[in-house]
Amino acid sequence: MHLDIRQIAKDFGDTAALHGVDLSVASGELVALLGPSGSGKTTLLRIIAGLDFPTRGQVLFGGTDASLKSVQERNVGFVFQHYALFRHMTVADNIAFGLRARPRARRPSEADIGRRVETLLELVQLGGYGKRYPAQLSGGQRQRIALARALAIEPQVLLLDEPFGALDAKVRKELRRWLRDLHDRTGHTTLFVTHDQEEALDLADRVVVMSNGRIEQVGVPEDIYDRPATPFVFDFIGEASRIPVQVKAGVPHLGGRAVPLPADVKRPADGPAILYVRPEHVTLAADGHGLGGTVASLHRSGSSRRLSIRLDGTDALVEAIAPYDGEAPPVGGRTALRFHSPGLFAA
Amino acid sequence: MSARFVQPSVIPGFRLALGFTVFYLAVIVLIPLAALIWRASDLGLPAITSLALEPRTLAALQLSFVTSFLAALFNVPFGLLVAWVLVRYRFPGRRLLDATIDLPFALPTAVAGIALTALYAPNGWIGQLFAAAGIKIAFTPVGVWLALVFVSLPFIVRTVQPVLDDLDREVEEASATLGAGRLRTVAKVILPALLPAILTGFALAFARSVGEYGSVIFIAGNIPYVSEIAPLLIVIKLEEYDYAGATAVATIMLAVSFAMLLMINLVQSWSRRRFGRV
Repeated sequence: MHLDIRQIAKDFGDTAALHGVDLSVASGELVALLGPSGSGKTTLLRIIAGLDFPTRGQVLFGGTDASLKSVQERNVGFVFQHYALFRHMTVADNIAFGLRARPRARRPSEADIGRRVETLLELVQLGGYGKRYPAQLSGGQRQRIALARALAIEPQVLLLDEPFGALDAKVRKELRRWLRDLHDRTGHTTLFVTHDQEEALDLADRVVVMSNGRIEQVGVPEDIYDRPATPFVFDFIGEASRIPVQVKAGVPHLGGRAVPLPADVKRPADGPAILYVRPEHVTLAADGHGLGGTVASLHRSGSSRRLSIRLDGTDALVEAIAPYDGEAPPVGGRTALRFHSPGLFAA
Repeated sequence: MSARFVQPSVIPGFRLALGFTVFYLAVIVLIPLAALIWRASDLGLPAITSLALEPRTLAALQLSFVTSFLAALFNVPFGLLVAWVLVRYRFPGRRLLDATIDLPFALPTAVAGIALTALYAPNGWIGQLFAAAGIKIAFTPVGVWLALVFVSLPFIVRTVQPVLDDLDREVEEASATLGAGRLRTVAKVILPALLPAILTGFALAFARSVGEYGSVIFIAGNIPYVSEIAPLLIVIKLEEYDYAGATAVATIMLAVSFAMLLMINLVQSWSRRRFGRV
């Protein structure tokens, strides 16, 4: 079931949580909504589910407008950060809840419900846990039960709100791989909200980066990391050095000298601008062709060395990475730099 | 090594705190109750039994426990509704209404009794409406029940209210996304979560009702075998210098109350153990 979001806006009193967001999710896709807190990602997810209502705009499920449908009618699977399991019910009753809530005409028989619960328990690798209570399970197990409960109603789309947010780092990573496998097997159209960039880049087919109620960039993880579309994405995801430059006739200048850039970099209008470049996209040129600079500091960081290089004719520092056993200039030494995949944005 | 009596703890003052707690409970609760049982034991079991089996005593005990039970039971749905309204809706005058709930706590019970009698007596504002329909409220067991409903309402409201306030809204939302309508969510998700609080409130309301005296005696009419409550019977026996009889009735009330509260407590601890906090 594909999902279309058209010009969704949401105001809370005088403040706007979302400003006219557009997004399309293809059937069977796994999409991450990534952003800092307050970026509107959870609000968007709740609007899709029908738990919140937009001030303007439409949500379409498989091409039909669902904006006026209630939560109950939308048939979405929703997984909450803090599981939201029914603690007075056994695991099996939790999973069966959605099936038993169906109108009598569409409700499966108790025997069918029992079989379906067993299948789902197997699917989330918790076969035999049906008779336990949620209080007797670990956090990771509870979240898997919450997922099984959401899948039980055969949802049109699966929505997960920070599903691993309450778990410790190790369980988080395990569940991440496991969710990806599960998605590949079941093929549900899935949207999940996270503020963890590693999680989004590792897990999703496409990542939607949000900030202040707007979408900054939508793309496959490689694009988001290697070709950030906005300064926000450069700052929020990974690391980047910021170099103030002057753009003259489409060419950035630093201390009066032109900075050579790859041809595919978008150029802003002439005037002050900021050049963004990630440490791993900086090459130290042994042949001396490139931007000249002096090594300001050097330290070992895990399996590599980090260099801070002061560019000639400016105070700007550029971070670069060198293998720990390779050639690297000493502190105070001269070097030349070349930039791959930088970004240039008007200041 | 056998297990230590006290688990080591970083919180200081265990000895002092426990010592004070035991001392305080002893002075305020245990010694008076022990004195009661000691006085009663002077009589011997056969004497207590024969006193308890006196028809007038039996009638009073039955009236007290049955009306108290019914009053607490009646307050469960209505106290729940009041708590629901106070927690879930925002409306002008909410705080005022909230404060009103505590009035039965604060009002001298005799005042409440006189006010209720004035209202519900056959010539009172409300009483005359019922009298026209041939229903008598004041000076009957119904009047006793009414007074007990009045004094025990705050107990249900005040025990359910904070739990309802803390109830995770996400659980309700989860229920909605799974296709459950509002009624189903209330019946299958919210009420079971409130059950331990409801039981506590019920127990407190019941306990208060059994011991209530001031508000009841005015509206009850105190007709032996009809509308005479057990606490009043104790006072009557005391006024007749029948200390043994008073003690016997008191001991029986104590035993029944204790048994019922213990039972409710067991149900609660069972439900806590089972469902824990998720």
